[in-house]
Amino acid sequence: MDVSVKNLKTTGETALAALFAPSGAAASKALRQRAFDLFQTMGLPSRRLESWHYTDLKRMLANVAPRAATSAAANVDAEAGACVIRFVDGHCIGHSALPKGVTLRGLSDVLAQGDADTLGALYASVGSEDPVVALNAALADDGVVIDVAAGVTLDAAIILDFVSSDATARSEFMRCLVRVGAGAKLTLVERHVSAQASAQRHLALAVSVGAHASVSHVFEGVADLDVLLASLLVDVAAQGNFQSFALVSGGRLTRRQIWVRAGQATQVGLRGVSLLRGEQHADTTLVIDHVEPNSESRELFKHILDGSATGVFQGKVVVQPNAQKTDGGMKSHALILSDDATMDNKPELEIYADDVVCGHGATVAQLDDDQLFYLMSRGIPKTQAQAMLIEAFALSAVDFVEDEVQREQVMTFVRDWMMARGA
Amino acid sequence: MLEIKNLHVRIDDKKILNGLTLTVKPGEVAAIMGPNGSGKSTLSYVIAGRQDYEVTEGEILLDGVNILELDAHERAAKGLFLAFQYPIEIPGVTTMTFLKASLNAQRKQRGEAELSTPDFMKKVRAAADKLGVPQEMLRRPLNVGFSGGEKKRLEVLQMFLLEPRYGILDETDSGLDIDALRIVSEGVNALRSPTRGFLVITHYQRLLDHIVPDVVHVMSRGQIVKTGGKELALELEKNGYRDYVTEAA
Repeated sequence: MDVSVKNLKTTGETALAALFAPSGAAASKALRQRAFDLFQTMGLPSRRLESWHYTDLKRMLANVAPRAATSAAANVDAEAGACVIRFVDGHCIGHSALPKGVTLRGLSDVLAQGDADTLGALYASVGSEDPVVALNAALADDGVVIDVAAGVTLDAAIILDFVSSDATARSEFMRCLVRVGAGAKLTLVERHVSAQASAQRHLALAVSVGAHASVSHVFEGVADLDVLLASLLVDVAAQGNFQSFALVSGGRLTRRQIWVRAGQATQVGLRGVSLLRGEQHADTTLVIDHVEPNSESRELFKHILDGSATGVFQGKVVVQPNAQKTDGGMKSHALILSDDATMDNKPELEIYADDVVCGHGATVAQLDDDQLFYLMSRGIPKTQAQAMLIEAFALSAVDFVEDEVQREQVMTFVRDWMMARGA
Repeated sequence: MLEIKNLHVRIDDKKILNGLTLTVKPGEVAAIMGPNGSGKSTLSYVIAGRQDYEVTEGEILLDGVNILELDAHERAAKGLFLAFQYPIEIPGVTTMTFLKASLNAQRKQRGEAELSTPDFMKKVRAAADKLGVPQEMLRRPLNVGFSGGEKKRLEVLQMFLLEPRYGILDETDSGLDIDALRIVSEGVNALRSPTRGFLVITHYQRLLDHIVPDVVHVMSRGQIVKTGGKELALELEKNGYRDYVTEAA
């Protein structure tokens, strides 16, 4: 008797599959069909898939919300010089004036045109073998493709502002590509700040950093979403520099997954702070693949967990045989504020070259009683003393946010989060 | 007046203080000397409000009010200050931020207005100059990478800023060379006043050459076993603690 386990789909998987309706040129459709087939084979990831071991999406995404209808176009204002591109309920509704040297196309236009280079960057990127990245490729029919011309330095940031406004539960599927030309310089903000608690957001952001180009990416994940699946797919060409900082304190389930392909003599820095409480679950899983010699990568993540929250960090630094003189350092530190909070911390090195310097460290700790008593013995009440220590804990990661305004915003958020805890 | 009456304290199942009774009057410098393990540091922690200890009997009264029910920060606001034997390092918190937070937290609890930044800076600068603490040190993370002498000087600087009613100095001389000992002692002496009392805990007599006590208590096995004038310290220096250790056994 032939029993096929593959056909046993969960309600969530069936609902997601029903949303598949690719449009556009034949080449576009073919790529999305391939991605859909991959998703159909793999299904939603569960603990059995190593890269999803601590986040059982099959179970956590049992109820899939319907897609939102198209949102009406609207005027979008710039913010202190920064260009804002706004998405509402999964649809791009407009953007403020584009800076010189920047062009933008909607995803549906790109799909209709079927240009091979762009499709390749969109769909054949790093991470494309992940079921959630594949699901996004299959279902995302909105998004933008942004090109920053070679040699252009943008003084103000480009902000991708993701908003959900629909009070009924909605699924959003978006895919964006930012290509930064050789020698160009850009700050790219991925903002998830305003949302309905019922929204389920699927986002893939591919970033292609040209030779000698420099990108500073800031992820603000503080919206109260039901689900945020945010994939960051990065390719850094020779001598390129990609730095990313993430603030995660969002909704019920946040999964950030990052793939970086580091070319020759590149610099990569991934850092972040997460602040979780209640039943929140936030997972940061990343892979840095050093494929050429002389590149450097640094990761530093600080997790602060209260209530019954769960934090997950899985980081893998891969050094390919050709990537001699790689310098890699990865750290993940968690601070547990309650008995019921959990942290799963898993750093890994996979090294196939012999002349490299790589290290990693992971810690899980509680607030230090001696430090707490010292502060209190000077008159500082317990809650304030805890806030000072937690701020100090987060600071060493936040210090890497280059933009002063962004850095201060992050610290303010950390302080407010602590104040809310004491209240 | 700081009064400790029949204090019994244990940590886990180990009894450390066994009915200790002691009074520090305003304006008085009382020294506690005793061998290692006699419970001196425990006494200082219990007065300051550390939670790991269990007080099974007795009371600590500050001007007639039992402070054992108060948290450490409340005791500080009421005017108790513990100069730590080993000041704690706190990476990520600059010394200046810590000083300001401490001073304003105490003022707030006492219903006083918080100090403005210029007023605060003026106060810090005056204290720092007096104790030879460079401004650069105040911009560094609290106690991180400070030498033993720098840490102790910073403890005294905090006492200058916070102006406690009672200062408890726990082995302030440990880890200090002669010069640092002199600077720290001068700082403490400058704070002596008819309204302020000190409890100076030390193992050696040499600190008491610099901070001359009004009264000396000998502590052994969690009790005060002898009380006398400053000459008692000299006697201990000569004969050691042997007599008291066996006596209490």
